[in-house]
Amino acid sequence: MAMQPVKFYQTGTFTVGNRLLDESERSVQANMRRTNSLNSGHRACQGCGEALGARYAIDAAMRAAANRLVAANATGCLEVFSTPYPETSWQVPWIHSLFGNAAAVASGIAAAMRVKGRGDVRVIAQGGDGGTTDIGFGCLSGMFERNDDVLYICYDNEAYMNTGVQRSSATPPAARTATTAAAGPEPGNVFGTGKNLPLIAMAHGIPYVATASVANLRDLEAKVTRATGIQGARYIHIHVPCPLGWGSAPSDTIKVARAAVESGLFPLIEAELGEITDRVRIRRRVPVEDYLRLQKRFAHLFAPREDTARIALIQAIADRNIERFDLL
Amino acid sequence: MRKPFAITLDVGSSLANHTGTWRTQRPVYLDRLPPCNHACPAGENIQGWLYHAESGDYERAWRELVLNNPLPAVMGRVCYHPCESACNRGRLDAAVSIHAVERFLGDEALARGWRFDVGVPDSGRRVLVVGAGPSGLSAAYHLRRLGHAVTIQEAGPLPGGMMRFGIPKYRLPRDVLDAEVARIAAMGVEIRLNHRVDDLLAAMKAGGFDAVFLAVGAHVGRRAYLPAGDAARILDAVSVLRGMEGDERPQLGRRVLVYGGGNTALDVARTAKRLGAAEAIVVYRRTRERMPAHDSEVAEAMEEGVLFKWLSTIKQAGDASFTVEKMRLDDKGFPQPTGELETIEADSLVLALGQDVDLALLDGVPGLEIVDGVVEVDANMMTGHPGIFAGGDMVPSERTVTVAIGHGKKAARNVDAWLRGERYVPPEKHALAAFETLNTWYYTDAPQRVQPTLDAVRRQSTFDEVIGGLDESNALFEARRCLSCGNCFECDNCYGVCPDNAVVKLGPGRRFAFNHDYCKGCGLCAEECPCGAIAMVPETI
Repeated sequence: MAMQPVKFYQTGTFTVGNRLLDESERSVQANMRRTNSLNSGHRACQGCGEALGARYAIDAAMRAAANRLVAANATGCLEVFSTPYPETSWQVPWIHSLFGNAAAVASGIAAAMRVKGRGDVRVIAQGGDGGTTDIGFGCLSGMFERNDDVLYICYDNEAYMNTGVQRSSATPPAARTATTAAAGPEPGNVFGTGKNLPLIAMAHGIPYVATASVANLRDLEAKVTRATGIQGARYIHIHVPCPLGWGSAPSDTIKVARAAVESGLFPLIEAELGEITDRVRIRRRVPVEDYLRLQKRFAHLFAPREDTARIALIQAIADRNIERFDLL
Repeated sequence: MRKPFAITLDVGSSLANHTGTWRTQRPVYLDRLPPCNHACPAGENIQGWLYHAESGDYERAWRELVLNNPLPAVMGRVCYHPCESACNRGRLDAAVSIHAVERFLGDEALARGWRFDVGVPDSGRRVLVVGAGPSGLSAAYHLRRLGHAVTIQEAGPLPGGMMRFGIPKYRLPRDVLDAEVARIAAMGVEIRLNHRVDDLLAAMKAGGFDAVFLAVGAHVGRRAYLPAGDAARILDAVSVLRGMEGDERPQLGRRVLVYGGGNTALDVARTAKRLGAAEAIVVYRRTRERMPAHDSEVAEAMEEGVLFKWLSTIKQAGDASFTVEKMRLDDKGFPQPTGELETIEADSLVLALGQDVDLALLDGVPGLEIVDGVVEVDANMMTGHPGIFAGGDMVPSERTVTVAIGHGKKAARNVDAWLRGERYVPPEKHALAAFETLNTWYYTDAPQRVQPTLDAVRRQSTFDEVIGGLDESNALFEARRCLSCGNCFECDNCYGVCPDNAVVKLGPGRRFAFNHDYCKGCGLCAEECPCGAIAMVPETI
């Protein structure tokens, strides 16, 4: 793990900051002078996981890149809530073009920087799961295979939230969306569909792939910092709960993300050149019910009666992750 | 400015968009009352001093501690720490060993010579304290800190009261007690030893005192009627323990019976073992579960080889043998005789059946109410006689050193108010920081540090201290196990988890504030606060 070891302080070891730690060992988010790359006044919903994840990631990248950073953004919630013309919440050089071309735009910026001899400027492309796993996938795969010097960050909230919660290829099985109704013999999103983009990114053999969660800030910052320092194509997939689309309480955003990690449904891994190099072990394992029950998109699994068969299928996915990535 | 094609507006910041208007509830920072503080009979701000100990600032921690209790080195040794029974950490792994950290701070203060400061100008008022036990010393200390001139009159030859004449040396070394008492005297508190007060009103008048705090304790051992032979050797526990402080140690013999089930009974039995008794047998009429003695004391006594005879009473005392009757507990848990008798050979019998208060000095004081041998006081620790306050073992309450110290503090505040013609009104208490208000995810599992214990052989033959102290690194570790229940410890979680940057970090020691222009009221900060120091309250329209 690239993550710097946190000293063993019992009071608040897993918190954002810690007054007992040396300043240099504290998280970026604990710093009074953090960039606040995504500033106040944005129009994201209450308790938005994506707004939180984006600030976590870009603040960390800004520190790692000594504030020399350009970000390209795909269409999606992140773009819409942060930059309604003519206002913007971004405090970094930022460009938006189309839904599907963020990776291509970033590749272009990276090429331009190389030509201009500005090797010190780091380039980030970012988008939601729709812009990444579906619409922008061609451009992204091209960026990977050319090994362009871009860090692509996907904020995965598991559906097209901005347009009204439609299914994407990152929507998990059984989840209710506007296009996968909780009705019929197989309610919600169909089992056996969708794609796992971190594993696809790994299959390109690029220098660095990682998954992260808003529930584990220190790990997220360490991975972004590490990725920022690597040349070539890099990919980080961040799990960001969406209170609106998932039907969870705005105050539960981190709790939901934590349950995803601790149940094994969202493994936190790191890979280099196509090989897994590390994972974050589960600290207090929970059954998938603990994750599902917090979200109304899975409500049909529990009422009018408990759908034990489907819950067991979801538990099997978690169990397989735990075994496959050695999470215990 | 020339704008690109189709662009008509300048770039603006989203700061113009005050998303705070979306809010239907707002977060507020608050302090809750940690369960340790709530449980402490001396009213210590335990969470408060642990906070400073965590950062290694032991002097500041000690100064915070002694705001409420001037005897931390004593207390860290002899208090039965109800704080630890209440500690929320006990529901995670094990309670914070508060007494061990307190003892470390107390010892550190003695080693480094930290002194009390008075801090306020002299009030010109004079207060008499009768009795130099824990409650008298505590009252004197607090009164002195409030600027009053204090004189303690103590009947005994040495200060400390039951801390000296009731608690054996192996639990409280006398150099520790002496040093903490000397520190109080150094504030300008006059301690007159061997000065028994026989007539309270006369003593007040003679000394020109404006008020008095009575804390004479309960030093008269209770006797039970026992048919006894002429040569039967029967002593009482208080005299035995007091005798240990003189030049001549009590002669108890090879085989000692102790009658009673309280901590004093165990203290006597353990003392008897150390004096060379081959067997010390505690005779108690109920069972271990019903014994009033503290569990740790029972366990330590058993480790030292003290024997117990449960469900038994002493019926008769002979020259070198005692008749014991078996008891059984009835439906209500009361012991009832069975008629089954047994004879036990023993050289002496020590009665540890509780203590009474010597109230002779109160003869002729009008207005006092005495019920069941103790002096009634009101909620302000004042007796029925204006200006005469009382506390410690001589008033109705639990009889422990910690309770006594709490009485001293409370009485001092009330005496101070009374001298100014006011009534002391305690500040309102915060709501309790219940375990349910914590988000325990953020705390690491950390095993409790264990204090070293003297080996068994030395525990049976010497009066060396049984329980050792924590070293600095262990004390620091233990302090850092504190969860800081209900009080912000500046972990930056609220500052970090706000998706709207609506939490303002004010800098070390200054905590945080909310920027209500942008706070949308999502409640993430309150949910993710480890110690429950944020609450969500509805907005008013």
